[in-house]
Amino acid sequence: MITLTSDPIDVATALHHLQSSQAGAIDFFLGVVRDNTQQRPVDRLEYEAYDRMAISEMQKIADQAQNQWPILRYTIIHRKGILQVGEIAVLIGVATAHRADAFEACRFIIDTIKQTVPIWKKEVFTDGQQWVNAHP
Amino acid sequence: MELLMNSSVSVLLFGVTRDLTGQSKVSVPLSEEARVADLLSQLNQQYPALAGIRSLLVAVNGEYAETDQILHINDEIALIPPVSGG
Repeated sequence: MITLTSDPIDVATALHHLQSSQAGAIDFFLGVVRDNTQQRPVDRLEYEAYDRMAISEMQKIADQAQNQWPILRYTIIHRKGILQVGEIAVLIGVATAHRADAFEACRFIIDTIKQTVPIWKKEVFTDGQQWVNAHP
Repeated sequence: MELLMNSSVSVLLFGVTRDLTGQSKVSVPLSEEARVADLLSQLNQQYPALAGIRSLLVAVNGEYAETDQILHINDEIALIPPVSGG
């Protein structure tokens, strides 16, 4: 399941979606809004997405993960809009029979999302703002 | 699909490129058989501020495009600055 949403991410719902009788391992990665970037205080993050492509690129990553590991179920949820400190920005959940596959697939999915999916975040500091990764 | 005939394409802008141009969609004049590389150089001429961005990719119809890909009048074209999801 792949979702791009303006609503808060509910971990319990995601867990429910991942559970199955064959799953011996469920791994979650949660990306959370931190209160600073290199000691500079962050007030909030503003996420923006090219929706149709963000979803199709996340689907490609999920398909590739499914080819590479024996995944029983997965869920990928990414937020957009304004997020306050402590909020979950992204949730990756992977269910497999054994834990090694779940750990590896989960890591692959989040690492690849950060490289290829057209979603952008702006850090809004107490004294300014910047689009992350935009400038050399 | 129709090829471009001294026409213009509209380009979707996001993130830093939207902030730098002040627009979420811009029109770019292009000649027939223009490629992605032509679009990028035209955009850089129109909006010199884009030169300050670390890298710019182009998506055509929701897929990353190579610089030699030919553009068509009805393509959905988007400029993709460095992504920062997660």
